[in-house]
Amino acid sequence: MSRFRTGAGGRIDRARGINFTFDGRLYTGLQGDTLASALLANGVHLVGRSFKYHRPRGILASGAEEPNALVTVMRDAGRTTPNLRATQVEIYEGLAAKSQNRWPSLEFDLGAVNALASPLLASGFYYKTFMGPRFLGSNKAWAKLYEPLIRRAAGLGRAPEAPDPDRYARRYAHCEVLVVGAGEAGLRAALDASADPHCRVILCDEQAEMGGWQLNAGSDDLVEMLETLGARPNVRLLARTQAFGVYAQGAVALAQRLTDHLAAPSPETPRERLWQVRAGEIVLATGAIERPLVFPGNDRPGVMLAGAVETFANRYGIRPGERAVVATTCNSAYGAAFALKQAGVDLAAIIDLRDKPDPALAANALKAGIPVHTASVIVGTEGHKRVRSVRLGKVEPCGIVKSTDSIACDLVAMSGGWVPSVHLFSQSRGKLAWNGETGVYSPGKDAPGQKTRSVGLCSGEFPADMRGFHNGALPTPDEKGAAKAFVDFQNDVTARDIRLAAREGFHSVEHVKRYTTTGMATDQGKTSNMNALGILSGALEKPVPDIGLTTFRQPYTPVTFGIFAGANRAGLFDPVRKTPAHAGADALGGVFEDVGLWKRAHHFPRKGETMHAAVNRECRAVREAVGLFDASTLGKIELVGPDAAEFLDRVYVNSFAKLGIGRCRYAVLTNEAGYVIDDGVVARLAQDRFHITTTTGGAGRVFAMFEDYLQAEWPELRAWQTSITEQFATFAIQGPKAREVLAPLVEGIAMENEAFPHMAMREGRVAGIPARVFRMSFTGEAGYEVNVPAGEGARLWPVLLDAVDKAGGAVYGTEAMHVLRAEKGYIIVGQETDGTMTPDDVGLGWAIGKGKRDFVGKRGMMRTDLIAPGRKQLVGLETLDDKTVLEEGAQITDTPTPAPGSAALGHVTSSYWSEALHRPIALAVVAGGRGRMGETLHVPMPGGAIPVRVVSPVFHDPEGARLHA
Amino acid sequence: MLLILCPYCQSRRAELEFRNVGAAHISRPSDPQTTTDAQWGEFLYQRDNPKGRIAERWLHIHGCGRYFNAIRDTISDVFVTTYKSGEPPPAMPSEAKP
Ligand SMILES: [Zn+2]
Repeated sequence: MSRFRTGAGGRIDRARGINFTFDGRLYTGLQGDTLASALLANGVHLVGRSFKYHRPRGILASGAEEPNALVTVMRDAGRTTPNLRATQVEIYEGLAAKSQNRWPSLEFDLGAVNALASPLLASGFYYKTFMGPRFLGSNKAWAKLYEPLIRRAAGLGRAPEAPDPDRYARRYAHCEVLVVGAGEAGLRAALDASADPHCRVILCDEQAEMGGWQLNAGSDDLVEMLETLGARPNVRLLARTQAFGVYAQGAVALAQRLTDHLAAPSPETPRERLWQVRAGEIVLATGAIERPLVFPGNDRPGVMLAGAVETFANRYGIRPGERAVVATTCNSAYGAAFALKQAGVDLAAIIDLRDKPDPALAANALKAGIPVHTASVIVGTEGHKRVRSVRLGKVEPCGIVKSTDSIACDLVAMSGGWVPSVHLFSQSRGKLAWNGETGVYSPGKDAPGQKTRSVGLCSGEFPADMRGFHNGALPTPDEKGAAKAFVDFQNDVTARDIRLAAREGFHSVEHVKRYTTTGMATDQGKTSNMNALGILSGALEKPVPDIGLTTFRQPYTPVTFGIFAGANRAGLFDPVRKTPAHAGADALGGVFEDVGLWKRAHHFPRKGETMHAAVNRECRAVREAVGLFDASTLGKIELVGPDAAEFLDRVYVNSFAKLGIGRCRYAVLTNEAGYVIDDGVVARLAQDRFHITTTTGGAGRVFAMFEDYLQAEWPELRAWQTSITEQFATFAIQGPKAREVLAPLVEGIAMENEAFPHMAMREGRVAGIPARVFRMSFTGEAGYEVNVPAGEGARLWPVLLDAVDKAGGAVYGTEAMHVLRAEKGYIIVGQETDGTMTPDDVGLGWAIGKGKRDFVGKRGMMRTDLIAPGRKQLVGLETLDDKTVLEEGAQITDTPTPAPGSAALGHVTSSYWSEALHRPIALAVVAGGRGRMGETLHVPMPGGAIPVRVVSPVFHDPEGARLHA
Repeated sequence: MLLILCPYCQSRRAELEFRNVGAAHISRPSDPQTTTDAQWGEFLYQRDNPKGRIAERWLHIHGCGRYFNAIRDTISDVFVTTYKSGEPPPAMPSEAKP
């Protein structure tokens, strides 16, 4: 047995050795060890380097509050977890862990030169230092120079670069009582609550074994309590489960670790499980966290919390040193002293700040041969990678501290007393109450909608033995001395940093926190917040409760991304919507793009064809012969009822009262402000029945808006809508040969031009399938849109494809569709409009029903600013060189070299190569654009301004003859 | 995640099923054309943002699809009550905390 282990006792299995590596070196621990206890059992105290100064750091605590001992555990490239607390990592055979924040090695770290530059790294060093130099331009210095440097040098572990191969599960659970923490108080609360068999109880604890502090003693009570709970069917016990977030109305998030402790986890088992619990009552039994003492050099490896030392000795059978000093302002540290003595550690001294420590404890110490120094503090430590000695200081009655002896030791067990762990109560938004007598914040009144009960130490009701009698930094001989007394170990914040912040005028605790970064590390200041408040209180000469408290936020300890992502990754990241013809389009080699959740075919390249070549070919096919397009993603609504036409009159800018049965109308939708928000086509199927299309992206929004007006604004209207987007597959057949292609497939519809004119709608059959056929066009060519039941879409697609092929046509995708409509000057809502364009701005003033008393947007459009001259209007642009395709979004100015700060006239909204016109075309919105026809404007670009001519937005067939052919 | 009682479904459901749609009890003027720019601007854009209880509209979008009203406390997020569209807001002392 190693000389760092005790002879007997503890909860480790002394018969089962476990091999693991740390920074590549092989060590042996025991079954039941954490990485921290196993390292201590091998005499390893140096486990990391600090964040800012790269100081050697050891293990401070024994649980979740550990600020220093952050490690990376590596299973393989995708299973590498940084920033784990060594005190919570269970070892298994073959575990490989490494230290962080050191280069090239933990023992020899170049970053430690930061310590020499430490005057530069005081409070607010980010804000003060990283402001220039000016030649890089404002803000650029940070991004280009400092941030990459700091990121490389600082802090924390690196995220793995390979994808995470593990599975993460998720469960919802409901219970009457959720108990967080399975120490004595939590176990008793769970037993009491579950005595009623109808009361569902969940008890969770972040450790592998339930029992909390009782695990240090190994009581029979514990075994019995766990057995009783385990036998009750209304109880669910969740070990290795961290309650990391409390949310409104009794919602609590738990992270359960399922495989991290296993040497060879089954691929069937998820790595972690997220529990989303809704609890009638949340019982918090989260215990207390020990407060470190703030004295110069309190961060050397070998300086540990007294309670942690006691836990390592009793629970893990560790002798954490050969010769120990106990420094305290609290009785409980005497327990650690006795435990160490029991473990065979030499006790050099107990250094107690108090004049008169507890007489019984002091007597016991003396009886055990431990010298007790009263009214004493540690005023400094020596040693590099491990504490070697401490310097004793005597506090004179006047408050002056005199440095006296040096005491050799390799372990310092310190205690500033205990602080209730109120994080989860604070997350529940409950009010914390300051208790002047015990000097701690404890849970007060519940937030509305929450029912919590704090039991045990976290309630703030704890034995006097656990009280600390001093808050903040310990007195020192010279507060200006260079030695650092750390408050926040993880963020390297010293007592002096906090005093400096106070001197510089930061008086609010929220400001001090951000300025010094105290409490802002991944441990959220679990061990540091109270000391920071104590120091600030002294510096501002204000009592602690007058300073306020920063907010405790979720998560209590860091949580993996995986547990939040759960199954929502790769193909399941988002739902995917596919049209009925998707497989057909895919088989043709369609290249798909995401439009909302939809997959839409962007273009259909043939062998060896570039995207541009494919799009140009598709455009030619439509203009010269016929094209087939899958328009099934368009939003579709069926509106029914005697007042359906009246409703449409009120919501769209157009007039529908006179729309005949079997006729369609292009319809523009605005909001009450008068801005275009959607467009589509409204077809009248019957006197009281309409088929309405919306944009693909606007379908849900428009449906919700109609519902809002129907339900809340005009409930008297007898009109009802149904979304039929998913009920129909829609195929557009467009081009001069459209009728020739479609007519032979149609039954029951007279297809002659006069019988079935542009903007008409007929019902019949296409290829034997019942169909609603619209004669309409988004390309400028004569064309049809065939709607068939979605289930028949996959059957109709190849029939249409075949007919189009035989006529020398082609299937086309969304890109060709965009080019074709732009050639015709048809807008796309969201491309030509940006939520501030009226129908008139985009050339759709003609669509507005002139005789209507009111409609949504009518009053909005009459606002002074919306009818003022100089508004941006839709125009076409041609580049003077006839070959440059402008960039969409590019600004438009009246001079090639606009003065810095001058406003643009507008911007390019759409820009393409037009195959039909053999030149680039663009749509744009330009101030007073319709009055600028023929003017030359400029599009300034990094390579120089591009001159453009303002023209009509309708480039192709301005008379519209082709639509009616 | 909040639990919200839909007054139509009479069921307390998870917040995920709902969408907030802004302030309640703002009626569209019956004859907008007679309003001044200031009045219309008030209707379009001016909303109270009190600390405490507010009346707001919610849509049970992944449930029954109905719009309804709710009184919510903006400090605690607690839903004091929910009620159907068209019903007047329930009388309650505005300063009282639940
Ligand atoms: Zn509902």
